Order: sequence, then C-alpha cells, then structure tokens
Amino acid sequence: MKILNLKDDLRTIKISSWLGWAMESNWANPFLFAIYSIIRPIASSLILVFMYLVVTRGKTGTDLFAYIYIGNAFFMYVYNVLFGISWVIHEDREHYEMIKYIYISPIRMYYYLFGRGTAKMIITTVAVIITIAFGMLILKIPVDLAQINYPLLFVTIIIGLFVITCLGILLAGMMMLTAHHSFYLTEGVGAIFFLACGAIYPIDILPVWLQYLSKVLPLTYWLELLRRVVLGKSLSTTLSHYSNFTLMGILVLTTIALALFSHYIYRTFEHIARKYGRIDQLTNY
Amino acid sequence: MKTKLNNNIRTVIARAYVRIYAANRELSWLISETVMPLLGTAAFVYVYKALKAPEEFTGFVILGGAMTAYWMNVLWSMAAQFYWEKEMGNLELYLIAPISRMSILLGMASGGFIHSSIRAISVFLLGSLLFKVNFAVISWGKLFLLFILTLTALYGLGMLFSSLFMLYGREAWHGVNLFQEPIYFLSGFYFPIKNLGLTVGLVASFIPLTLGLDGMRQLAFKGGVKTGFLNVNLEIGILLFLCVLFLVGSHYALEFMEKLGKKEGRLTLRWQ
Repeated sequence: MKILNLKDDLRTIKISSWLGWAMESNWANPFLFAIYSIIRPIASSLILVFMYLVVTRGKTGTDLFAYIYIGNAFFMYVYNVLFGISWVIHEDREHYEMIKYIYISPIRMYYYLFGRGTAKMIITTVAVIITIAFGMLILKIPVDLAQINYPLLFVTIIIGLFVITCLGILLAGMMMLTAHHSFYLTEGVGAIFFLACGAIYPIDILPVWLQYLSKVLPLTYWLELLRRVVLGKSLSTTLSHYSNFTLMGILVLTTIALALFSHYIYRTFEHIARKYGRIDQLTNY
Repeated sequence: MKTKLNNNIRTVIARAYVRIYAANRELSWLISETVMPLLGTAAFVYVYKALKAPEEFTGFVILGGAMTAYWMNVLWSMAAQFYWEKEMGNLELYLIAPISRMSILLGMASGGFIHSSIRAISVFLLGSLLFKVNFAVISWGKLFLLFILTLTALYGLGMLFSSLFMLYGREAWHGVNLFQEPIYFLSGFYFPIKNLGLTVGLVASFIPLTLGLDGMRQLAFKGGVKTGFLNVNLEIGILLFLCVLFLVGSHYALEFMEKLGKKEGRLTLRWQ
C-alpha cells in the first residue's frame, strides 16, 4: 500500500510538473519567453551592481562584489520557487476555479504543489546560469569553472531547492486562509530570508539579535556553501570557522526540521480551510 | 451633462469602496503591507552599510523602498486590472455601463492609493526611525508639489497601461512582471539615476518615478543635490508635462483599445 502511494505521489509530481511548465511557458513564443527569462534576472542583479558601483566608483574586482553577486544570483531560487508554489493556490482557486476539482481527484495536494514548483525551479535555474555567466563574462566575477566541486554544488542546490519547496508549501497552506492580497505576504516572507540569510552581505554586519535568526535558518548555510563552492572562499567571519562538512551537516539537520515543520503547518492550515469551507473561496475584489 | 458627471463620480466612489472596505474583511494586510515591506528595503540598507556608503544613501533606499508601493499598485492594481476583470467576466459589465472607463480606473486608483500609502508611509517612517535617517529638506512646498505630480503622472501611466493590457491574455501577467525589477533598476529606486548616464536617464524619465525620486532626493537629503540628475525645477516641469500626456493619452488609448477589442472579439476572451 505504501509503495502504491509512493508511485501515485511520484506520478502526481510528474503530471503537476508538466502542468506547471505548460502554464509558465506557453503564453508566448519561445523567443519572447527567452527574452523575458533573461531580462528579469539580469535587471535584478544590475540593481545591486549599480548600488555597488555608485559607492566604490567602478571597482568590481573585489571579493565583496563577487560575494554580493553570487549570493543574489542563487537567492533568485528563493523568491521564484516560494512565490511560484504559494501562488498556485490563488491561481487555481481564483483565476481558473479548478481547485475543488483537484481536491476531489485521487491525488494528494501536497505532492501536487511540490510538482507545480518544479517548473519554477527549471526556469530559475536557467536564470541563475544566465546571471552567473553575465557576471563572469561582463563583470569579471572570478569564478574558476575548473575548480568548482560539482558534486558538492549539485547536492547543495538539491537540498536548498527541497528547503525552498517545503517553505513554499507552508506558504501555500497560509494562502488557503488568506485573500488574494496575500501576494504581499509571500513577498514579505521572501524578504525575511533576503534580510536574515546574508544573501547580499555577510551576516556579520547584522545586529546580534538578527544573527541568531540567521543561524537558525537553513538558507544561511545553503548560501554560504554555494559561495564557497563557486568562489572558493567566503567573507563571513561568523561562519568562517565551520568547515564545508559541518555546514552541510547543519544544513541537512535544519532542512529536516523545517520540512517536518512545513508539513505540520500545511496540514493544519489545510484542515482549517476545509473545516471553514475556504478551499474554493473567491476573494477577488 | 450633470447626470453623466454624477454617474461618473458615483463610479469612482463605488470602485474605490470595493478596494478599501473589502480589504478590511481580511486583516493579513496589517502585517504584510506595513512591517514586511520594510524587510526587503532593510536588506538594501545593509548592502550600503556593508559598502560603507555615505549616510544619505540609507535615506535614498528608504525613499525608494517606500515608493515601490505606488509602482506595484500601478502595475498590479491598475495596469493589469482590466485583464483581471476580463478573466472574472466583469469587463463586459463595465463596458456596457453608462460610465466613463477613466472613472472606473480613477476609482481603482483612489482605492489602491489608500493601501499603497499605508505601505509607503510604514516603510518610510519605520525605516527612517530604525536606521536613523537624517533629513535636510530644502523646500517643503516643492517637495509636496513634486510628490503630487509624480503620483498623478504615475497613475496616468497606469491608466495608459490598463488600456494596453485589456486585450492581453496570459501574457499580461508576465508583461506586468517584466515591469518590476527592470523599472526598479532603470528608475534608480535604490541608487541615483545619474549613474546610468544621460541617455538612459532621459529615456527612463518617461517613468514618472525616475524624476520624482531624483527630485525628492535633491530636496530632502543633505547630499541629494550632488547626486541629482536634472535641476529640480526642470523635473517639476517635465512631470507636469507627463501628467497631461498620460492622462490625455490614456483617454484616447482606452477608446482605441476598446474599439479594437470589439472588432477582434477579444473583450470577453478568458483564460487565453
């Protein structure tokens, strides 16, 4: 029975991934879609680039610039996947009004949401690659492709995507109980991580009380590992005494804790939404 | 004439009413639109702190972060609004009602303005207090005038965009997404626009927030004039021109797009 459930869940993930990809990509011809996929990530990186250039008067060859740029590039996963998964609830409920049909089909909503996030992961991966390539070619970010530990990079990205997906599903649970302006709630949760995880600066410059939060969040260790793997070094004094192995260990432990928490919270919110008949509520106004 | 004016005024009030009162039925916005927007802005403040930037840059970021509220309101609650209405099946009801399309949009703008202002004021006040921003206002009158002209031109631009997006299908959503980060960059939300060069700056000046932010920085911060793009009086003049251009342009654009939509049968197409 458990094996059958696993097969069903994997099939759900596969089909909902295909659905997510179709919805993300079939609104434009491939060329326009490619332009769109390139412009957005480059623009968000250029904001930070110019913030840096304004203060340093053009010097981009410093470690801090590379630190900011690479952190921002990988952080795109957080916003895009987090938003993409949580928005599925709103989209299926309010725009297409299909959520009740998904609920009464023989699938588990948790895995449906998991699959819907896959399309965002794929699109964001392309965006991350483009952003890093832009940084290397145009801004001369010192990334030595021959020196990168690719297995560690791959494992780190996979764990990070799993964490972000769990967070997205947690938010999706919250979206079941909130109205459509909870778009800002998702943005706000993403901003918490943007602020506390050291995406665009070392966490050492944060106030001490905020650093405690940073150390509890798995994404802090995720970004630190990614920067070490890609750049070969890091600037964070606070995290410098952790080896890669220790960072990976902390990342795995905090990921497991967050995954369990996310599952519990999602189930709780879903139960409340069912109890009060809010699964298919319409709140567009 | 008087009846028509009354109808349009009532339309403005009715459309604004939905935005203001309905939002209060669910209070998650109290956190998501007051405290949370500050977090993203705070992250950019810390970037400047990591770079050891002059202190007025903190103020620039707080101001830019506050003004993102209005840009997002223009994009999501005005530009894409007729698209949402089309998806919900309400657009045809609006079009057959004996009211001006501009009054519908003005109502949306008024209602959205309230929430956006709550967000903007929260970010501005909380950010200024938390990061101890020092202001050195040169002229309150010009600052207020600049702010009003910026928002008027901005909402005029929103009306123009809404006419364009009215006939779009799913690409409206992505089109609006495309106008977020690139505009934050081109309009210099978080850094002085002067650093993008004269040509890019002039092109970006078609977005009212570009000159609005630049002018407000020059008038409100100690080092603002040094980082200014154009003279403040010139920026006020350009913004006045943009107000007229976008408001008049949106009227004709709405008429044109409605006629086009009727001709091509796209006004009631949903889920495309």
